Amino acid sequence: MKRRRWKYLDPYLAGVLLGVVLFCSFVVFGHGLGASGGVAVLAGMTEAALLPEHASRNGYLVNLVVSQDRPWDNWAVFEIIGVALGGLVSGLLSGRLKVETFHGPRIAAPVRWLCALLGGAIAGFGVRLARGCTSSQALSGGAVLSAGSWAFMFSVFAGAYLFAYFVRRLWT
Amino acid sequence: MLPLDLSGLGRAGIDLAYVVTGFCFGFVLEQAGFGNARNLAAQFYLRDMRVLKVMFTAIVTAMLLLFGADVMGLLKPGALYINPTHLWPGIVGGIVFGVGFVIGGYCPGTSIVSLATLKLDGLCFVVGMVLGMVCFGETVSRFRAFFETSGNLGELTLAQVFGVPQGLVVVLVVAMALGMFWAAERIEAYFATR
Repeated sequence: MKRRRWKYLDPYLAGVLLGVVLFCSFVVFGHGLGASGGVAVLAGMTEAALLPEHASRNGYLVNLVVSQDRPWDNWAVFEIIGVALGGLVSGLLSGRLKVETFHGPRIAAPVRWLCALLGGAIAGFGVRLARGCTSSQALSGGAVLSAGSWAFMFSVFAGAYLFAYFVRRLWT
Repeated sequence: MLPLDLSGLGRAGIDLAYVVTGFCFGFVLEQAGFGNARNLAAQFYLRDMRVLKVMFTAIVTAMLLLFGADVMGLLKPGALYINPTHLWPGIVGGIVFGVGFVIGGYCPGTSIVSLATLKLDGLCFVVGMVLGMVCFGETVSRFRAFFETSGNLGELTLAQVFGVPQGLVVVLVVAMALGMFWAAERIEAYFATR
């Protein structure tokens, strides 16, 4: 394996930095961070563009995008653009910007792609049902001690730990 | 008084502030190693407790800073967004999300970082996530009552649930996090010697 030019940050230090970013978001905007909301808007816009007739009859999509003048003009969309740019620059500076696939030692890349697609679909559904993801619910709601966010956070860990056994071949 | 009044920035200025915030967020996630699904999945096989350490350190840091700002009277009362509690959709959605997380290896924010650093598994996860969200939008009308009303408790904090002062919850969360960090170090040390 090629030697990494730069190691990952110490997790506690990374956590403090992430906490400061989260705090700044609260004191600047009055709310925490978000990742899934922006993706949901872009997903809704794509669907509405491909199937405008259908979208105009779906109350959820009407609310999310169809009734909006400029559905992309949403803080969550700007934030995920920033997330992508920040990840890109960090990867570039740390010698980690390259085309590759991360997978466990016992499976091939195409298996991993299928699992990522499937897992992404399940996660995408769950995130919308729970009204937020690891960022907007667990981190943000966690820091302001929302009861529902803490219930969500423990449910995520419970679901992942309980199911981990069945997909251990993918990772170990 | 916080939060800041951003009206002077104008629409474009506020949009830019969100891009900058997202940039810092994405940068830290990538530096933490969260653009790599193997680092994230390792949490669920107890080999590397990075996810837990970063998440709970971040929550504790932000919580303490917010609590400190509040105690010093810098925060406008009631100005912070507190995620409303929809207990049952949150729990069921959380479990479904957790299953997707361990199969797919990412969560929404980390998959965007992974895609931005050209990882093909990150790309697949993002495509899947979009499909899952479309699927939710197409089916939510069939379980609208569950989604909207079940366990709908509005804005609810842990302090209200347990009927104790906010400061006590803050202390307990810090204690719980320290306990988890201690356990995480022990677990990592155990697997390192096996």
